[in-house]
Amino acid sequence: MREVFVAGVSMIRFGRYPDRDVPDLGAEAALLALADAGLTMRDVELLAAGCLFQANAMVGQRILQEIGQTGIPVVNVANACATGSTAFREAWMAVASGEHDVALAVGVEQMGKMGLLTGGGGGSGIRTEGVIGSGLMPAVFGQAGMEHMRKYGTTQAQFAKVAVKNHRHSTKNPLSQYQVEVSLEDVLQSRTVAYPNTLYMCCPTGDGSAAAVLVSPEKARQLGAKVKVLASVLTSDPWTDRDLTLPDVSTLTRNAAKQAYARAGVGPEDVDLVELHDCFATAELLHYENLGLCGDGEAGRMIDEGETAHGGRVPVNVSGGLLSKGHPLGATGVANIFEVTQHLRGRAGDRQVEGAKVGLAHVIGLGSACTINVLGA
Amino acid sequence: MSAPSSSTESKTRRPIVPFLRLPESGEPHLVGQRCQSCGTVYLSRRRACSRCFAQGSFTEIPLSRRGALWVYSIVHQSSPGVPVPYVVGVVDLPEGVAVRCNIIDVPPDPAHLRFGMPLEMTTGVSQQDREGNDVVAFYFRPVER
Repeated sequence: MREVFVAGVSMIRFGRYPDRDVPDLGAEAALLALADAGLTMRDVELLAAGCLFQANAMVGQRILQEIGQTGIPVVNVANACATGSTAFREAWMAVASGEHDVALAVGVEQMGKMGLLTGGGGGSGIRTEGVIGSGLMPAVFGQAGMEHMRKYGTTQAQFAKVAVKNHRHSTKNPLSQYQVEVSLEDVLQSRTVAYPNTLYMCCPTGDGSAAAVLVSPEKARQLGAKVKVLASVLTSDPWTDRDLTLPDVSTLTRNAAKQAYARAGVGPEDVDLVELHDCFATAELLHYENLGLCGDGEAGRMIDEGETAHGGRVPVNVSGGLLSKGHPLGATGVANIFEVTQHLRGRAGDRQVEGAKVGLAHVIGLGSACTINVLGA
Repeated sequence: MSAPSSSTESKTRRPIVPFLRLPESGEPHLVGQRCQSCGTVYLSRRRACSRCFAQGSFTEIPLSRRGALWVYSIVHQSSPGVPVPYVVGVVDLPEGVAVRCNIIDVPPDPAHLRFGMPLEMTTGVSQQDREGNDVVAFYFRPVER
């Protein structure tokens, strides 16, 4: 496998675009990323398009119908919330393998106000939600947080501090869906969705798109692209004790982190910023430990002491995270790449992590899929 | 030659999931599929053991009606039409398998829930299916002391 560079990135502001459609949202991000790279559709040799809710609708080809049908190979990707990051990895592999010199990854989603997401049910017409437990994401991640509470005595207030931090971060990100600061009191007093997660501790639904252009070392030299993909890893959930009853989001993240650090030749102590999958505030604390940012049982202390806030030891989700920036499912994984790349290039504006050299982007798709991409400059 | 038209007369009870058994005599109970090779217990059938990969060698075993609460959540916002709040949890059974369920007969308040608390299974009619059959669900509730 050869080295691969990120030559261009983009994302549009996450939010609600009821008057637009998926190909249009994706096309905007694609053209922005190509312009950022200094390339055009004529240069692109492969497109990997990620969109979860239109996985059967040839989103990649429809994007090309809007920006240039060059006849290149197109792969349409669906992998739950890891859809966009899996598309990014497909593009990375296309270049790393030597098959292509320029590959484009686009992540896009249009969710509207679709309400709570569930793991899906059968077509039997029999209601199981609220009868034999809950498959709703807020309850699943609520229970995942309760495991941490059970093992380490983590408190609801510590989980709530994640929401305070990420919402504060988002006020510096003009592309964030929400850009509003909330206090710890606001978070704890907002209505409970699924204990211990309250409203501000749950990510919103929304629309959005993001794109990235991946190139060979030779192309990178021509374009002056300096951000390199140090590792791109994808894992699924191995058998663990209760995984088939309550999805285990930790083990596959730990496996991915181990592989990613080994391949990148860096350790968690070398990481200058992390964008991780804070679909719910409870999830963020679990992943501090899963990614090795602290020892097991130390995540509560880590948030208490502000180590993951902007300016802290290892800033996490300076973009605002999924909690505030938003989580249009297919777009999320590529948007994380956008965020990390901007910091490594020194182009993150008011939220720049000064001197960032290594960044990590983590995504979990429940079911489960985990991607970790480590970028370096 | 015509089929009986009265569907109410043929109304039956059916379990909400295949691993809930409603025997003619004896108590309702859950069943598990135990891998004969490594002993891992599953709630649903599979072609091979997802832990040790042994193929086709499962024994059906009855599961205990008592277990211990692993974790829970209290759901205040749900899908349209689902009454809230409700308590959901994961219950560890002594056979080494966990089951997802609603916890009933307990106030929807963390002060009344305790990790590891003993729970027992009970059943009740949760709804009718399209044919008008009673759909029987299982629930767990605190063991009375």
